Amino acid sequence: MNTSASTQAAATPTGAPQRKLTTSAMIASIAEEGQRTTKAPFGHALARLADERPDVVGLSADLAKYTDMHVFREAHPDRFFQMGMAEQVMLGAAAGLAEVGLTPFASTYSVFATRRAYDFLCLDIAEPQLNVNVVGALPGLTTGYGPSHQATEDLAILRGMPGLTIVDPADSVDIEQAVPALAAHPGPTYMRLLRGAVPTVLDEYDYRFEVGKAALLRGGHDVLFVSTGLMTVRALTAARELEGDHVDVAVLHVPTIKPFDRETVLRETAGGRLVVTLENHSVVGGLAESVASCLAFARQTARIIPIGLPDAFLAAGALPTLHDRYGLSVAAIKERVRREL
Amino acid sequence: MSTQAPEARMSFTRRAAALKDSAYRIRMHALDMGETQGQGYIGQALGVADILAVVYKDVLNHRPGEPDWPQRDRFLLSIGHYAIALYAALAEAGVLDVDELATYGSDDSRLPMSGMASYTPGMEISGGSLGHGLGVATGMALGLRHQGSDAHVYNLLSDGELDEGSTWEAALACAHHGLDNVTAVVDVNALQADGPTRGVLRTEPVTAKWEAFGWHAIRVDGNDIDALLAAFDSLRGHRGSPAVLICDTRIGCGVPMLETREKAHFMRVEEHEWQLARDELTQRHLEGSGSDRAISQGEGPVR
Repeated sequence: MNTSASTQAAATPTGAPQRKLTTSAMIASIAEEGQRTTKAPFGHALARLADERPDVVGLSADLAKYTDMHVFREAHPDRFFQMGMAEQVMLGAAAGLAEVGLTPFASTYSVFATRRAYDFLCLDIAEPQLNVNVVGALPGLTTGYGPSHQATEDLAILRGMPGLTIVDPADSVDIEQAVPALAAHPGPTYMRLLRGAVPTVLDEYDYRFEVGKAALLRGGHDVLFVSTGLMTVRALTAARELEGDHVDVAVLHVPTIKPFDRETVLRETAGGRLVVTLENHSVVGGLAESVASCLAFARQTARIIPIGLPDAFLAAGALPTLHDRYGLSVAAIKERVRREL
Repeated sequence: MSTQAPEARMSFTRRAAALKDSAYRIRMHALDMGETQGQGYIGQALGVADILAVVYKDVLNHRPGEPDWPQRDRFLLSIGHYAIALYAALAEAGVLDVDELATYGSDDSRLPMSGMASYTPGMEISGGSLGHGLGVATGMALGLRHQGSDAHVYNLLSDGELDEGSTWEAALACAHHGLDNVTAVVDVNALQADGPTRGVLRTEPVTAKWEAFGWHAIRVDGNDIDALLAAFDSLRGHRGSPAVLICDTRIGCGVPMLETREKAHFMRVEEHEWQLARDELTQRHLEGSGSDRAISQGEGPVR
């Protein structure tokens, strides 16, 4: 499978060539042109963790290759369990492995982990508070394949699950730090996976991943970006480029969606700056509403602009096209900020 | 699974006789709990009492006083509504005190109506949502084998749970991974919430399905202690694939007035009937024992 959207020449009825992006791949790269990337950070981080912790095991539901779990599988074949295209038993079995004292990481696509196997994540894993780490690939809009594979509402589905820790890492640095942290965290976790060649950005900032903590990556007087997941990388780029327009933008990265770091969010949103939330997720039930409810319950107000995916089943197409159309591209973010200021 | 060959302990006949007494006491406990609540899945409890007696008193390698003993065999009840039967069996096995059974279904009791692991010692998983037990059993068995443990994993499921696709996902996985440390026990009472299984969603031929999924399958009368004992004995030496014991059971078994009652998933028993049921149970048990001998272990009839 290709790793990036490609271009091809298509003939128009008049014969004049017109270049159109094609979907071309289920798994498209989210890296911007020229960005540093790291290959399969999750798989390598899990394999390294397993070198130190003999209790770490891995499972996948016929998607090891597409969730970077193959790296772990090759490093620790005796600790990898292939469950086939059967997400319910994968999560049930992950619970069973945890019940006997092992620490499982179970990977599949987010749509299958959340929509298809919800009851098993809820009752087998979350209710007994087992240390099972569910890893969901293709979160939000990271494939142009269409609604069957676009987990645009996984955060909304899972935020109501008691005791579940939900993490949306920004880049390879975040993932590499989150993997051991989530294994060390006693209860169940769900991590949105960025796979393949993943942007490497946060090593340029004074940043450490901590479960449940938001991190201010840069200060700014005019606008506060509150972002999560891959949108944090876009937020940082947009903030840098907005300097040219004399717009001073701060970026608060919120990698843990649940438990939500209310204290930091309330402190950072208190200053009267325009608040822009950025998430690779529906505007329903994700970061935007987490921020809004956090402020509302604290009787604090701010003007909040939600940048996220619409409450709709999305189109199929090339990822850059879709990110532009749905407002997730850096250009779209900058345009939105200029319009709102 | 007990490492000691049961034959070395006592003769088959004596084992079976002791287990019939155990099953009798499990049924009596269940009737007592049913009366306490004024309701309950009493029909199912009476139906699986013989299976639970054999499992808890003859098959499982466990320590009643140490329910979290890491080397224990696991018994997973995926049918949470059968909890009334499991509590009775746990009392018979010495995991719970018989006195505690009187709290069944009461506020703050450790014995809720639907079995939940966080409430009850010896309850391995939470049931309620059907089709979960065999998947968790799959993971436990994979994990125990990986850890080099000899512990065996049993899952009691109902024929209704064969409607759930997740049961068959787990069946595939157990066979694919060659989990001969898993034994599924299927309670075929041929009845589910909306009526007889053959009318709700036909699951027969059950044995052929499991065999097609790569399981070693045995089908017995689940209310025949001798047959159950012989079947579990034959499974002790089985290796190379998971095994399933399909047990045809009768709702209300052991209490004639309930056996003949119109079959219902949730059986109604009137207030005045509980004592009649207990009397019938004792009478049937004594008849079945072939004599009016006292119940083994010198305990006598519970009531």
